[in-house]
Amino acid sequence: MSGPAASSSTVHAFVAGFGATWTSVFSYVLFGTYIGIGALAHDFGFSVWWALLSTILVWAGPAQVILISALGAGGSLIEVAIAVGLSSVRLLPMVVSMLPLLKAPGTRAWHLLLPAHFTAVSMWVEALRLLPKQPRENRIAFCNGLGCGYGITASTATVTGFYLAAKLPPLMSAALLFLTPVAFLMSTLRNSRMLLDRLSLAFGLVLGPAFAWWGVGLDLMWSGIVGGTAAYLVHRFREALR
Amino acid sequence: MSAAASELGAYLALILVGFLPSEVWRWLGVVFARGLEEDSEIVMWVRAVATAILAGVIAKLTIFAPGVLATVPTPVRLAAVAIGFLAFMFIRRSVFVGVAAGELALVIGALVFGG
Repeated sequence: MSGPAASSSTVHAFVAGFGATWTSVFSYVLFGTYIGIGALAHDFGFSVWWALLSTILVWAGPAQVILISALGAGGSLIEVAIAVGLSSVRLLPMVVSMLPLLKAPGTRAWHLLLPAHFTAVSMWVEALRLLPKQPRENRIAFCNGLGCGYGITASTATVTGFYLAAKLPPLMSAALLFLTPVAFLMSTLRNSRMLLDRLSLAFGLVLGPAFAWWGVGLDLMWSGIVGGTAAYLVHRFREALR
Repeated sequence: MSAAASELGAYLALILVGFLPSEVWRWLGVVFARGLEEDSEIVMWVRAVATAILAGVIAKLTIFAPGVLATVPTPVRLAAVAIGFLAFMFIRRSVFVGVAAGELALVIGALVFGG
């Protein structure tokens, strides 16, 4: 829009985002996780194209595990939709807290749809860490590069896992499924510099399983609202004391 | 149902009960984020909620493990997360070190205590 200089810096930002995925531990975690998801899709009788399309369109590991195992086991469509929808509620606060970092004056809403689609835990954690170092006008392109890099890694792994399915020993499959919680925890810890982040993490770790154990409906949503609000109130209280 | 029709059904199901129930939250996020500043109080609160939900997902995946991961005993899974956490805290706060230590502990624990 504003000449060749602007467009070449956009390309550079996209390439920088794409390149950042190679040094990100998430690429390796995503690769492992999506090997597991590809193998799962194979075992439940889906085609390799279906598995690949689910990675590109759904782009959320836990939602895909639920979708594949529930659909494959013959669950009713409405039940599957509700289970997938509940597991993806977390995407809403992630998008809301990431987009203000991306917006520059005059950014159109539709420019934000692709970064919003790419939003998943990997992308959110790395974007919050890396975006502040980027000039604001380049951040959308940087995010799209990051998302494309992760997407290509996960797509390759989905197809690889699909064809490896029969050859994976059970302990290997268990170790791949374990990657998601361990990597989510470590990367959230790394991003937790403020007391607010640490308290939210600690409260959520306790409340998530506790609400599920007590049979509270929408347990993840409630652990987020209760745990996050409690952490925020402690943070405000401390700020007020200063 | 013919093979082609059931294949088509699988793609329709992917869109209707996989893509849409996830994507709708991202679209709502675009709508809600309009006009918000990154350092505003509401964004701080929303980030705390997102972090707490994510923490809930982490704990639930560890305690109520999916698929073959459930065959690894629960104390082994919990110990593996704790070992990964300690490795992360004491060795340069490296995500890679934490993940590798946790995975190694899980595999060794499953081999020793039965998988």
